[in-house]
Amino acid sequence: MTLPEGWEMVVGLEVHTELRTATKMFCGCANVFGAEANTNVCPVCLGLPGSLPVLNERAVSMAMAIGMALHATIAPSTFHRKNYFYPDMPKDFQISQYDLPINSGGYLDLPDGSRVRIERAHLEEDTGKSTHLGASGRIHGADRSLVDYNRSGVPLVEIVSGPDIRSAAQARLYASELRAVLIATGASDGRMEEGSMRIDANVSVRRNGEPFGTRCEIKNLNSLRSLQRAIEFEAQRQVELLEGGGVVRQETRHWDETVGATSTMRVKEEAEDYRYFREPDLVDLAPDAAWQQRVADELGPMPAERRAAVVGLLGEPSDAQRDAIDVVIDLGLERFVHATHAAGGDVAVALARVANELAAAEDVSKLTEAAFVATIALESSGQLSATQAKTVLADLIASGGEPREVAAARGFEQLSADSLGDIVAALIAANPDEWSRFRDGDDKLAQFFVGLVMRETKGRANGKAVIAELHARR
Amino acid sequence: MSGLTRTEVAHVARLARLRLSDEELDLFTVQLARILDHAADMQSLDLAGVVATAHPYDLINVVREDVVRPSLDRDVVLAAAPDAEDGCFAVPRIMGEEL
Ligand SMILES: [Zn+2]
Repeated sequence: MTLPEGWEMVVGLEVHTELRTATKMFCGCANVFGAEANTNVCPVCLGLPGSLPVLNERAVSMAMAIGMALHATIAPSTFHRKNYFYPDMPKDFQISQYDLPINSGGYLDLPDGSRVRIERAHLEEDTGKSTHLGASGRIHGADRSLVDYNRSGVPLVEIVSGPDIRSAAQARLYASELRAVLIATGASDGRMEEGSMRIDANVSVRRNGEPFGTRCEIKNLNSLRSLQRAIEFEAQRQVELLEGGGVVRQETRHWDETVGATSTMRVKEEAEDYRYFREPDLVDLAPDAAWQQRVADELGPMPAERRAAVVGLLGEPSDAQRDAIDVVIDLGLERFVHATHAAGGDVAVALARVANELAAAEDVSKLTEAAFVATIALESSGQLSATQAKTVLADLIASGGEPREVAAARGFEQLSADSLGDIVAALIAANPDEWSRFRDGDDKLAQFFVGLVMRETKGRANGKAVIAELHARR
Repeated sequence: MSGLTRTEVAHVARLARLRLSDEELDLFTVQLARILDHAADMQSLDLAGVVATAHPYDLINVVREDVVRPSLDRDVVLAAAPDAEDGCFAVPRIMGEEL
């Protein structure tokens, strides 16, 4: 979908990412997703009177890692209280960074060659999670909300982009590249479906060349698809409003994925009075050069560079291979592809196996690079069929070991060339019509013979070897 | 004079969820105006040579290690809640937005 001729959208994104620390931002409660409600809470994250926050060192390191990955400037920073009343915020304020964030300035380069400026990336704490009874239909007519404070106080970094994005597709690309960067820093798991990365989109439209229009903020987009659809809808809505002689009101809007529309949540002026003031219980944060250096030393190469390295091994990757590369980079598994290349193996086969069989596994720590490379070699040389190679990899991932032994244990001994030759000869003799058509150039019949051989050998034959045998006899 | 209005005091009171009587509004408007006047007096001082102070303590980077410590027992936590259901704090239904 594109806007009518003469219109342009202006989009800035605020991305909240939960940090993968062991504990919360200001207390020692565990930071885990999916625990039983209210089992990871203490006086600090429940906002009980007299409790005092103490900053998590690792959260600061992760925030700096994010800043470095985004080419931001790390500066001395302070914490503020953002005051509002909501049941999922038991202190009645959220501790955040206001005028002095830990990271400011910076940029993110997107795979399409565009650059989006980063205004800031600051630390703050997450809120609890409320379930609205009645509204959700879970208990009809109920008039209560249930609150779980396990998420209350989980460390977040909020990354605010400049108003540099000009299409919904670019917004999606920005979010997906940022997600890959966050995963690469080790600061985030990027799991949008678990809410560990959430996006607010500021959308306005203008006629080409005019100043920025009034913007609306769409809250809590929790998938890349929702992000793109919501921005497309909202920009279209604003253009239609303006072309009809209306005005855009600055407001916060909610995206309804099932309806495919945004709707007013609250009008801006009513709510935006947070009376920020300095958090008196926390002192200033000013990481010294040594601390910053420790973070920099741990920071590996970013996705763009790692992606380019794998692309370089393939030359001209197909779209499917590009998708596979994204998966492999997200999961940090490209070492298997590089190892295959270093051993002179088939990189395309290796990429496919990593993006599918390895990516599907919870844990690949039992699979050594050497065993992986050897499996790919067995597959490319035809000693294992693709199906057999996948089974061998699954076994290696589950229990470790050497591929030849695993293949032998599975009974994947290849037929000897002689016995395969005998079987092929017998089947040719039994199917003279098909054979003569194959000889006359109907290559489709190769699959017919492969099928017969597979049935005859109960799948032990290698398809490539059968085809070679057929051609040798043609 | 700060020029603080009664309407502004009422607004701030509403943001802080304070219900003030008309007499209290009058009283606090006068009192808060005096505080603002005092701040305005300080603004007029020449403080060019004074380093900005963010915090009275001469401390920075007070942090703790990222190590899990025991949380509270849920029964104890929920016993302090006005009402509980399904292991959660039960509160009057929140209309509208989900944050
Ligand atoms: Zn806690």
